[in-house]
Amino acid sequence: MDESIVRTEEQEFLEEDICVAENLVYKKPKTLTDIDLHYCPGCGHGVVHRLLMEVVEEMDIQDKVIGVAPVGCAVFAYNYMDIDMQEAAHGRATAVATGIIRVLPDKLVFTYQGDGDLAAIGTAETLHTCNRGENILIVFINNAVYGMTSGQMAPTTLPGMVTTTSPFGRDVKTMGYPLKMTDLVAQLPGTYYVTRQAVNNASNVRKTKKAIQKSFQYLQQKKGTCFIEVVSNCPSNWKMTPVEANKFVEEKLIPFYPLGDLKVPKEELK
Amino acid sequence: MGELRLMKGNEALAEAAIRAGCDAYFGYPITPQSEVLEYLSREASNRTGMIVLQAESEVASINMIYGAAGAGKRAMTSSSSPGISLMQEGISYIAAAELPCLIVNVNRGGPGLGTIQPSQGDYFQATKGGGHGDYKLIVLAPSSVQEMADFVRLGFDLADKYRNPVMILADGAIGQMMEKVELFEQQPKGGTIPKPWATTGKTKDRERNIITSLHIDPREMEKINLRLQAKYKEIQEKEVRYETFKVEDAEYILTAFGLGARICKKVVELGREKGYKIGLIRPITLFPFPSKIFKEISTKVKGILDVEMNAGQMVEDVRLSVEGKTKVEFYGRMGGIIPTPEEILDYFEKIFLKGE
Ligand SMILES: Cc1ncc(C[n+]2csc(CCOP(=O)(O)OP(=O)(O)O)c2C)c(N)n1
Ligand code: SF4
Ligand SMILES: [Mg+2]
Repeated sequence: MDESIVRTEEQEFLEEDICVAENLVYKKPKTLTDIDLHYCPGCGHGVVHRLLMEVVEEMDIQDKVIGVAPVGCAVFAYNYMDIDMQEAAHGRATAVATGIIRVLPDKLVFTYQGDGDLAAIGTAETLHTCNRGENILIVFINNAVYGMTSGQMAPTTLPGMVTTTSPFGRDVKTMGYPLKMTDLVAQLPGTYYVTRQAVNNASNVRKTKKAIQKSFQYLQQKKGTCFIEVVSNCPSNWKMTPVEANKFVEEKLIPFYPLGDLKVPKEELK
Repeated sequence: MGELRLMKGNEALAEAAIRAGCDAYFGYPITPQSEVLEYLSREASNRTGMIVLQAESEVASINMIYGAAGAGKRAMTSSSSPGISLMQEGISYIAAAELPCLIVNVNRGGPGLGTIQPSQGDYFQATKGGGHGDYKLIVLAPSSVQEMADFVRLGFDLADKYRNPVMILADGAIGQMMEKVELFEQQPKGGTIPKPWATTGKTKDRERNIITSLHIDPREMEKINLRLQAKYKEIQEKEVRYETFKVEDAEYILTAFGLGARICKKVVELGREKGYKIGLIRPITLFPFPSKIFKEISTKVKGILDVEMNAGQMVEDVRLSVEGKTKVEFYGRMGGIIPTPEEILDYFEKIFLKGE
């Protein structure tokens, strides 16, 4: 340390007394690369990336995990996660994951997909992958909008919600109803664990992490498809500040997409 | 001598896939090639442990190929014209990400739902890319059941060597007809070329492997395009395959591929009986196209008749190859009609000998 720099007492306190190992509550997992995330401030994508990579580090499964990135805002997920990854065509992540898990059955394969990717263009692949019970984890980021292409209506857009292609609000009579894919896949015998979580506050972030941990454990036991919907946000296209966006998640999205497990393994039911 | 069997083209192809050490087949039923999926479902898994999966669509099957090939395995699919159209986005991604794999198109008559009868109407789609962007497949055109089997092994080897998708472009007749076939010995699963780029799980001793076709920076994207083009050029220099039949003294050349070439062999024989000096050039690789042999022969002959089961597709490549040095005529039948040797010879006489 450069002794010549004059410090206030407050600064000395900060550096020497607080930033010590025993006080450390958060540290970037080694399984995240040093590349700067391109996500907008407040976006849920970054949080879920971190959670996934924390779990990979804590479970020491970096050499087992293979990820599949979507087409959507998370298209560059492979830049941030320090694991082997494949970038799939729009909507086809679960087909790509099927190809991987079928030839490398001892690996832990996950897809990471938005609502447009998973619940619109990729609906058939999503349903059939779950129906076959492929031993993969599907992480479904529901932000009720097409983020990457700048805010068009998604299959998950709420009734009445304004987007660039539903400028007067989503009229369910002509534009269809929000598609609850998570409820659908929970009905399929191939899925083993289906849950809906969120990352809008610290408590929900912790629960989402728990769901990811459980899913990788189930994959290790070859139990079948695990499906985690994360009710997320898109401050930029919702035209909100991050704080307003998380409030919208709390007040509008979560009431429509209630959080919690939709299907839990029978042996864990008491 | 390998094992001899009497087999349908589609079955010989499926048997060859097992023997070529294919790790995984993903497909969706469509006439006239459903026997491939049926045969493999029956035979493959207990013999070599090969994965065989009936996908929910051709869109899914081609993306399963992407995943399995990206994981470093020998993967293949087969379909017929409408199904191959549905796969085109995936094929473009596979070519861009440079994933070796084998795609079989047992061509039927189109456009649209068309007919289940044999056709060569997908020549353009197969040889000019087919999907979006600048890319090429290596395209092999079998004209016998024997070649349906042999080109599977050749196709996988070329795919691995160049990290490029390979297409076998057959037709409904070759797929359905039965012939004697000599089968090659069982090869090791997965081939012999190492694939250190594959996503198999990042170990401590290497950087992570990424399979992608996304390059947002146009300078980077152009560099990748240039590399792909250089690869296609190398393929054009090294991998041209064709067959000639009685061309040494020929005054006229017939040219055709696949089933058309078998018919044209008969035309050459019939014509020679009548005293016409005709020979045949049969392109085996449709990409890379055997331009050189056409260029060389163009100054020695009076004309070339190109025969296809379509409205005239390969004929464009023949014309480009001869650079106007000789007359190139075309005879074709469409919609699933197979031309007879007699009608082709009639047309040949009319166009070249009677000057009609
Ligand atoms: C075949 C195809 N159609 C359309 C697109 C354009 N496109 C890219 S991302 C996207 C939607 C992404 O939305 P979502 O899956 O919800 O992900 P988000 O960006 O919201 O995370 C679309 C329509 C494409 N890349 N490919
Ligand atoms: S556009 Fe929306 S989903 Fe995409 S990074 Fe920005 S906030 Fe996140
Ligand atoms: Mg979205």
